Amino acid sequence: MPSKTHVQTTINGEQVDFLCEPRQSLLECLRDIVGLTGSKEGCNDGNCGACTVMFDGRIVTSCLVLGVEAEGKEITTIEGIASPAGLHPIQQAFLEDAALQCGICTPGFIVAAKALLDQEPDPSEQRIRGWLANNLCRCTGYDKIVRAVQHAATSMQETRA
Amino acid sequence: MTTTEYEPNIVLSTTEYDVVGTRPIRPDGADKVTGRALYGADVNPTGLIHGKILRSPHAHARIKSIDTSKAEAHPGVLAVVTAEDLPGTKLGGTVDYGEGKQDLAYLRGNVMAGDKVLYAGHAVAGVAAANPHVAEEALGLIEVEYELLPPVLKAPDSMGGGAPVLLEHLRTEELGERTDRAGNIATHFRHTLGDLEEGFKDADVVVEREFNTQTVHQGYIEPQNVTALWNNDGRLHIWTSSQGPFEVRGAVASALDIPVSQVKVTPMEIGGGFGGKFPLYHDPIAALLSKKSGHPVKIVMTRKEVFEGTGPTPGSNMKIKMGATSNGKITAAHAYLAFEAGAFPGSPVGAAAMCVFAPYDISNAVIDGYDVLVNKPKSAAYRAPGATQAAFAAETVVDELAGKLGIDPIEFRLMNAAKEGARRADGVVHPRIGLVETLVALRDHPHWKAPLEGPNRGRGVAVGYWVNGSGPSACTISVNADGTINLTEGSADIGGTRASVSMQAAEVLGIRAEDVRPTVTDTDNIGYTSGTGGSSVTFKTGRTAHDAAQNVKEQMIARAATIWEISPDTVELDKGVFHSRTDPELKMTFSELAEQLNDTGGPIMGRSAFSPTGVGAAYAGCIADVEVDPDTGKVDVLRFTIAQDAGKAIHPSYVEGQMQGGAVQGIGWGLNEEYFYNTAGELTNGSFLDYRMPTSLDLPMIDTVIVEVPNPGHPFGVRGVGEVNIVPPPPALANAIHAAVGVRMYQLPMNPAAVMEALRQQK
Amino acid sequence: MATVFIPALMQNLTGSRQTVEVEGSTVRQIVENLDKAYPGIKDRLVEGNRLKSNISVAVDGEVTPLGMLERVGESSEVHFLPAIGGGSCAGVPY
Repeated sequence: MPSKTHVQTTINGEQVDFLCEPRQSLLECLRDIVGLTGSKEGCNDGNCGACTVMFDGRIVTSCLVLGVEAEGKEITTIEGIASPAGLHPIQQAFLEDAALQCGICTPGFIVAAKALLDQEPDPSEQRIRGWLANNLCRCTGYDKIVRAVQHAATSMQETRA
Repeated sequence: MTTTEYEPNIVLSTTEYDVVGTRPIRPDGADKVTGRALYGADVNPTGLIHGKILRSPHAHARIKSIDTSKAEAHPGVLAVVTAEDLPGTKLGGTVDYGEGKQDLAYLRGNVMAGDKVLYAGHAVAGVAAANPHVAEEALGLIEVEYELLPPVLKAPDSMGGGAPVLLEHLRTEELGERTDRAGNIATHFRHTLGDLEEGFKDADVVVEREFNTQTVHQGYIEPQNVTALWNNDGRLHIWTSSQGPFEVRGAVASALDIPVSQVKVTPMEIGGGFGGKFPLYHDPIAALLSKKSGHPVKIVMTRKEVFEGTGPTPGSNMKIKMGATSNGKITAAHAYLAFEAGAFPGSPVGAAAMCVFAPYDISNAVIDGYDVLVNKPKSAAYRAPGATQAAFAAETVVDELAGKLGIDPIEFRLMNAAKEGARRADGVVHPRIGLVETLVALRDHPHWKAPLEGPNRGRGVAVGYWVNGSGPSACTISVNADGTINLTEGSADIGGTRASVSMQAAEVLGIRAEDVRPTVTDTDNIGYTSGTGGSSVTFKTGRTAHDAAQNVKEQMIARAATIWEISPDTVELDKGVFHSRTDPELKMTFSELAEQLNDTGGPIMGRSAFSPTGVGAAYAGCIADVEVDPDTGKVDVLRFTIAQDAGKAIHPSYVEGQMQGGAVQGIGWGLNEEYFYNTAGELTNGSFLDYRMPTSLDLPMIDTVIVEVPNPGHPFGVRGVGEVNIVPPPPALANAIHAAVGVRMYQLPMNPAAVMEALRQQK
Repeated sequence: MATVFIPALMQNLTGSRQTVEVEGSTVRQIVENLDKAYPGIKDRLVEGNRLKSNISVAVDGEVTPLGMLERVGESSEVHFLPAIGGGSCAGVPY
């Protein structure tokens, strides 16, 4: 029986401890050990983005990160995007603009979009499309997703103003 | 052969509604944008263990023996199953594929192979352990002895005399007649209309072409998943992301030979399906592992397993011949359609035959359809199954005819457009349809006349048809004291149908969409509801929701009458307010009445359960602008517009979303997607890296035009919208490529290599 | 009398007739009467009490979920078609 490693990390602003085998991915740890099932597995090889999380300030596909690598890191998952005050403007825009159909890719897109808008408040359509190119959606054809991100960018700028 | 005076009405349905046609936020929205919504892989009953499946590496082989002893002995393994554990199947023995038992034998045979493996990826055994990595290790300890057989991978090869035979007992079926012809042709049917030979004699121009398309996957982002608990009381509980919980219940019960009442299926949220999540795959394996281990067992497919082990849409070989007069009238059409069914019979060639010439009013036609076995996974439905392949072929030939005659491609289609009263090639007469309106919408759209400048750029147009479906459905409504309603239905919600169903009930009762609390429930708690497919839910479950709401309305009217001590005949409900026709003082809002229910007789519930008829078929058309790189063959989509007759768009945002999503799937199918098989029949591109679907960077915005020609068969005029939008994009792109660089594409996908080859041949 | 369109591959049973006028107020009666005139056709269409699983029937342009029970009117058109989807491959629930 492979021995387990004790990992201490910060997830969505809270300190979390868990035990995992070295071979378990961060995605598997989040879903099956920590109980945060919002990040999804679509391919397990970094090609669909459904498992996207923030990892020390950058977005990663958590299926390609090992659970043990989370030691000492700051991780934000979809579960950490909304606040007690309410939904994040990106989440709100996705709902108002009907930017989801089945919703399986939505957590990955929201985390990825937030990472973009946090560093670039006013991206062009092409910049948005390029940034999100590693998030696959099979239902929407991306049109409403791109528009929702544009819409969120506007409302986030208005809030700052 | 139109019999009515025709007046196209592109502007749309003129009835104004209060809720129908608006864009409320979907009721399940908050959960879906916060990661709270539970999809099939998220479920976690107490004692859960994990299953993994051993799959055949070979495309065609006899199973001589399976030795699972080492796997069973592996520390941590709690159960191992093979086809021996399925009733009626013997490992290595012959399977009874005789008449009547065929479908069940095919069903079980695809779940786990008994005597032969018929495709690379065919399931052979299942293992369960508490640790999924241990289960996966144990797969490597199962010893299977195979006797390799040659595979056959394409319909034309498989139909020939010397082809390796997949199912020895199969005999070709010809619409109800079991012939004595052995081989790989499962079915042959033919439609004839008029006199084809005479029709071609009347033609001044004839175009005849042969087309080939490849196997394509639906590409849903969520892999198949199932969690099964075969409990000590004999009841089997299944949690799964499926398009058809009731179909799963029935199929699992059949496969395991247990009564349907022993099986309960809880539909979890589903991450895409497009037809690929209807068939039965690993559910019986999870159930058997649960029975043997005494634990709930979860199986989630890897992406590679999804590509290899689930049902893609068939590749095809097609020949289309069409003739027209110099005035532009199509006089004859002939289609030969040979579709790859995969390892077991059941390709959508029948649907393809219904759709191939459906946009046109043609008096003389013959269609021959063949369902052909090949050593690939058993095919499954993919969004308007069969219609896309057929339209790619027919719309290319139509474009060539128009070109040869010097007639504008939209005008040519309008000249020949099917209208109410025209006959489809299979003989069925069209009811009120909206093809003309859809074509006019495209013709009058700014895209059609917008300048397109620059070398290697071109514009193409195409149309498509889908029959749409219905089926049994059920709905119950319960009135809450605060004037909201709880609505219970059984249609798995893939794209937002909870919203469109709720809105129809809200419209009837004069309440807001937000006042409806919809629940998609399990198979124990609602009347039989056929699956979410065929673009049927907004139609059939919308209808039962509408009728259940009418049922509530009648009872509420009777209750108001009781309270007012007048006859119910004089009470009406108008925009959410009950009032008396005879006494204007008597008024009560829906919530005011709801508040009083328990004190005035008790709660009120409404219900409806039946198979709604009156399905309206749908047409869609699209305009594509492309730029072709003459050095690489890459095709960029510069601009894309899709128009579709929705009958009545209940929630326009979700209708637009369906149109855009289907269009993009069609673009992927047209320009890039295919299964690459090597000569041994092994799939070589079973990952999202190499099975390359469109990303956000590959596409422009997708402009939509919702045309509304109401379907007289539905109270709000609904036509199913989910599917037809995937049909016209591949031929529109082919026609655009021709306009751009002068080459005709006769195969899908039109990837850079294919375009370069066509350009090379042109030189 | 309803008009029954005979599928091309069954026209060998009807002496090559493409359409046949048949009496009957349900599909079942139509099939019985059709078989009386052209023996063997019922065996092609029906198994036990119902239409074969790979055959559907459209009355007046619509494929009916009622199969043999569907009512047929005085001037109805009846078409027998290969069932699309069907079995565990259903993508179109009919």
